[in-house]
Amino acid sequence: MAEVHLPTTEFEEADAAHGNQHGVTDEPNADAEPMVSLLSVEGELTRDETYSPYLDALSAEELLSFYSDMATVRRFDQEATALQRQGELAMWVPMTGQEGAQIGSGRASKPADYIFPTYREHGVALTRGLDLSLLLRQFRGVSNAGWDPRETNFHMYTLVLAAQTLHAVGYAMGMARDVAAGLAEAAATIAYFGDGASSEGDVHESMVFAASYQAPVVFFCQNNRWAISVPFEVQSKVPLVRRAGGYGFPGIRVDGNDVLAVYAVTQWALEHARSGKGPVLIEADTYRLGAHTTADDPTKYRDRAQEDAWRLKDPLLRLEKYLRSLGLADDEFFAKVSAVGDELAAHVRAAVVTMSAKDIGASFANVYATAHPLIAEESAWQRAYEASFADAEGVAE
Amino acid sequence: MSEQMMSMQQALNRALADTLRNDPTALILGEDVGTLGGVFRVTQGLAKEFGAERVFDTPLAESGILGLSVGLAMAGFHPIPEVQFDGFAYPAVNQIITQLGRMNYRSRGVFPMPVTLRVPSFGGIRAPEHHGESLEALFAHVPGLKVVSPADPQQAYSLLRYAAGLSDPVIFMEPKARYWQKAAVDMDTTQSPLGARIARPGKHVTLVAWGAMVARCLQVAELAAEDGIIVEVVDLRWLKPIDEATLTESVTRTRRAVVVHEGPRTAGLGAEVAALISEHCFDTLKAPVERVTGFDVPYPSGDLEDEYIPNIDRILFGIQRVLEHRRG
Ligand SMILES: Cc1ncc(C[n+]2csc(CCOP(=O)(O)OP(=O)(O)O)c2C)c(N)n1
Ligand SMILES: [Mg+2]
Repeated sequence: MAEVHLPTTEFEEADAAHGNQHGVTDEPNADAEPMVSLLSVEGELTRDETYSPYLDALSAEELLSFYSDMATVRRFDQEATALQRQGELAMWVPMTGQEGAQIGSGRASKPADYIFPTYREHGVALTRGLDLSLLLRQFRGVSNAGWDPRETNFHMYTLVLAAQTLHAVGYAMGMARDVAAGLAEAAATIAYFGDGASSEGDVHESMVFAASYQAPVVFFCQNNRWAISVPFEVQSKVPLVRRAGGYGFPGIRVDGNDVLAVYAVTQWALEHARSGKGPVLIEADTYRLGAHTTADDPTKYRDRAQEDAWRLKDPLLRLEKYLRSLGLADDEFFAKVSAVGDELAAHVRAAVVTMSAKDIGASFANVYATAHPLIAEESAWQRAYEASFADAEGVAE
Repeated sequence: MSEQMMSMQQALNRALADTLRNDPTALILGEDVGTLGGVFRVTQGLAKEFGAERVFDTPLAESGILGLSVGLAMAGFHPIPEVQFDGFAYPAVNQIITQLGRMNYRSRGVFPMPVTLRVPSFGGIRAPEHHGESLEALFAHVPGLKVVSPADPQQAYSLLRYAAGLSDPVIFMEPKARYWQKAAVDMDTTQSPLGARIARPGKHVTLVAWGAMVARCLQVAELAAEDGIIVEVVDLRWLKPIDEATLTESVTRTRRAVVVHEGPRTAGLGAEVAALISEHCFDTLKAPVERVTGFDVPYPSGDLEDEYIPNIDRILFGIQRVLEHRRG
């Protein structure tokens, strides 16, 4: 398997795969592109020289916890969707179908790595130890963020597509300087982004900068085939992984629904980045099984048949098959996992109904880091305005 | 007369369809505008009716969408790009300001820019961050651009038809909070699409507003009338150029003005309106022009937007202040 596209061999590989001079085909043919895949849909594990060692190092408990993480975040995702339907959230962004890509990559990261998610990485949030109920604050409309990113090194969600990819490069450069100065252990950033966001200029610039400074950043693209209603083919005629060669760093395409392959590949990439060899692009081939958000209706733009085909590649099913075949997990294990999921769901539900925004007065607090006369004036006006109603009510009594 | 009840979303859709029908160079492009018909369904059905050559999904890149539109306009087309939400016009700001706004000027008229950029705008729908921005002050400041915002379905139809027929770039700000309210639309209206319009005549004070704030000011006028205060509501419509004549005529009669907008107060468009009124009506004004606006804070989360956007009470307070003002 020639999965790692090192810059020097990029064009040769592309030519070999596509049989022409420029590595560009008339038709996008993603299936022809090499892809790291270790666990088959049938639940059979194959060996790979580069990546299998990362799996060999896993204990049975760790292997089982890959499954429980995926099942737990899926249960969480369902609960959040239900909460939206019941009017408790203004909107929800479901991630079901992408558990393999998210849990696999998140589990590969270390606490000192800093993660820049988009707005759909609930699975990664779980692997970072974030209380998932906090993710709902933004979608309930009580906060523009929802948690202290320093506690888990899991950044706030960024809704302006691709903006965070540049932050990830800058942050990675900063970390590398601290490492060079002997102030910190080697660490990397992961910049998550989608197939749609890959077209934004910021992604291009982030890759140019990361390559130029050899910043320790892993670009992790979840190619879930859709950007709302727009299919991947509108964004690119060739797999995104091929871009890495153009920037001069390795690119790896991985089966995003194979949590073990994603874990191994991301480990490799993070080690590469942390060791000072520069950035890596990972393109995880996956699929958003649900709607873009709860405000979206996928029947308007895609076929049920495509969804059904991807359901067969469910990241949970194949790991379940594998764990059962090894005799590591039985019905009792799966029942326990689902109980854990229900518990989390109950916690999230109980937490969300208590979440409310402070009044607008609190909005003035952090507009500037230091005192600002305009803010003081408006804040005072707002308090007086609120008080005028209290007075009026007092008089009426 | 062909009056029909329709929502603003339908009126805009009609205006786009009529434009595509009458102008073979017109093109619609943007994120999700094709198959899906846009996240607000404003372009619904257009790709089907006019073909994917004329109504098409672009790669996901706003700077790309605007830069492409500049190039298409140079090539003789009339692009009508959509940016999905106000907050995502920012990635396109470079193309809008440094290219779209000055191509005609730089090329000495060789390349006029008949580009109508549609932007679902302002707040009020409990959307997450970056989906409730007011961009009018930013774009009104840019030489070469025109800026307009419809307040109701009739304005939406007339103004979009007119804007899409212009040879200059227009930032067309659609108040997303008003997309679904229905009202009568006369497709053959003889009402001019130029300048401001008096949405409700009055005599004691002029409320100046645009976009979604016009409907709110009309509500305020209704309530104030119960207390004998006869409020005039001016729907500014064009935020660049501003119709100074209508503004002056109104305030000369009422002698008091309150300008209402969603965006932050500082360097907001209200400042421009207030300056124009003081220039033209200084001698007749009985009180300084009052501004009722959003606060100088980043647009808050959905739960707080009703406290951020000027509400009826805050507008009534503004009216009270100008009515009670006594010259020192
Ligand atoms: C700069 C910017 N433009 C447009 C949008 C509106 N928008 C939100 S998500 C989305 C599609 C993103 O697709 P992709 O990058 O593939 O990520 P996915 O949603 O599939 O996870 C769009 C167009 C946005 N949030 N930011
Ligand atoms: Mg996508």
